[in-house]
Amino acid sequence: MKKLHPQYGFNTLAVHAGTAPDPTTGARCFPIYQTSSYVFDDADHAASLFNLQAPGFIYSRLSNPTVAALEEKLATLEGGRGGTVTSSGHAAETLALFPLMAPGMEVIVANKLYGGTINLMGKSYRKFGWSAVFVDADNPEDFHRAVTEKTRAIFVENLANPGGVVIDLEAIAKVANEAGVPLVVDNTMATPYLSQPFEWGADIVVHSTTKFLSGQGNALGGVVIDSGKFAWLGNSKYPSLSEPSPEYNGLTFAETFGDLAYTMYSHAISLRDLGCSQSPMNAWITLNGIETLPLRIERHCSNALAVAQFLEKHPNVEWVSHAGLRSSPYYELGKKYLPAGTGSVFTFGVKGGYESGIKMLEMVELFSHVANLGDTHSLILHPASTTHRQLSEEQLIEAGAGAEVIRLSVGIECLEDLIADLDQALNSLYRSSN
Amino acid sequence: MPSSTFIDHSSYRDSHIREILNNVNSIAMVGASATWNRPSNFVMKYLLQKGYKVIPVNPNTKEKEICGEKVFGDLASISGTVDMVDMFRPEHEAHELVEDAIKIGAKVFWMQLEIFNNNAAQLAEKAGLQVVMNRCPKIEYARLFGELGWGGINTGVISNSRRRLK
Repeated sequence: MKKLHPQYGFNTLAVHAGTAPDPTTGARCFPIYQTSSYVFDDADHAASLFNLQAPGFIYSRLSNPTVAALEEKLATLEGGRGGTVTSSGHAAETLALFPLMAPGMEVIVANKLYGGTINLMGKSYRKFGWSAVFVDADNPEDFHRAVTEKTRAIFVENLANPGGVVIDLEAIAKVANEAGVPLVVDNTMATPYLSQPFEWGADIVVHSTTKFLSGQGNALGGVVIDSGKFAWLGNSKYPSLSEPSPEYNGLTFAETFGDLAYTMYSHAISLRDLGCSQSPMNAWITLNGIETLPLRIERHCSNALAVAQFLEKHPNVEWVSHAGLRSSPYYELGKKYLPAGTGSVFTFGVKGGYESGIKMLEMVELFSHVANLGDTHSLILHPASTTHRQLSEEQLIEAGAGAEVIRLSVGIECLEDLIADLDQALNSLYRSSN
Repeated sequence: MPSSTFIDHSSYRDSHIREILNNVNSIAMVGASATWNRPSNFVMKYLLQKGYKVIPVNPNTKEKEICGEKVFGDLASISGTVDMVDMFRPEHEAHELVEDAIKIGAKVFWMQLEIFNNNAAQLAEKAGLQVVMNRCPKIEYARLFGELGWGGINTGVISNSRRRLK
């Protein structure tokens, strides 16, 4: 794994990055700056801030100290140059593409994604005049074939929803590089503890911080992290960054801010205008969550793999899709890209199809039936009837969310309790289907 | 000169940059623009706000002052002390500017983002100057003294001491 800091390792940075003691009070826990606005020193200071001549705070829609601390922590953990935190993971996806896209332009999108993202990109983006071109997530050659003059970005999930799918990031990054467009990677399911997409050539990383990063299902949020490596300056494909910006008196972001340009733009234009900023309270919850990310992810991963191994042997289970199992077609990719663990979200097929799938949800006691993942609690979901239900039958199968599919997000409870719960649910299912 | 006097310019220690920014007072900015939305003007205004004396050097401008400071045509014409020369000029001009910087007794020669000139750097270092290349003093000041993180930027600074309020 890439060295994130000249001196300190990942676990140290998870605790310390971005959250130095408060200079005013010495508070050790980072303060919640629950304020909408900030007093200017004088008219000249205010002008400097509005002209982007000096760092500082104007209004919390653009930036906020607690939110900024979260941005720095996440940018550090991904090995990026800067971060922009948003109100949700969905907002992060749109914010990531906002500096890149324009009406008539295309984004190439892997077809194995969270169902909500398929809807957002496939349907709602049409209202902006943005076209999403869906390609086979398992086939880098398919990405290559989809590149046109109008392509402005490639978007994939690293460890893809609804589970068990590992993307060949290095190969797709090569396609993006050859096409001269940034690769945007959703790293929500892996987290930077398991995978750092910049190491494989990604240019921008997004997360739903709602999931493993905050970790307890208590704070919505998202983030966009820029590697600082993409050459925007003089690149006519990306006029938002490479041409004078009329709203900032002809300032050119790529020239004035160099490798900070994308992050500066994301605050000064994207957040300012789209308004999808995160609340300081949610940022604070997420900051605290990240401090324990390494410990939680280790337990999530070991529990999930053991549960997957148990399910694989259960007579009422048709198949299990977990990249840590030797039976998985993604086993080798998992070893390459996620050597420390392949996450805790995966799918399996119950015998008996749709009806069995629904019944399974009613039989479990420890698993919560919710539309979330990456919680300390173990979660269970039937994608075809919930998160992916707006999709067509063909899309469901492409997305790995067919009628018999159950998705688990395995929590950090006692492993034997989780296995016992799934065992009794599967066994009663069998009896009831007889 | 032993080679140990030449520092590694591919990655500076934070302490090296912090020491420079703490020790210099007067900065001659070669290539300072009178146009307010140019990067050099941003940097000059910011450094003035942080209490540095910034002396604009620009032989081409018609303006007599930039950010309220008197403009000089070259380094040699500056009357007062110059601790640091900050260069907003193409890298091929670095060698000549280093010669001028040595003549006026500057202690630091700083080249802006994307500007590298190893020959000029060695000339300056042989004369005892400290050299920084491919960095911006505005970004470095903000990074090391607690402001850059406000913009969501990865500063690389990890600290558990209470920062002194300036």
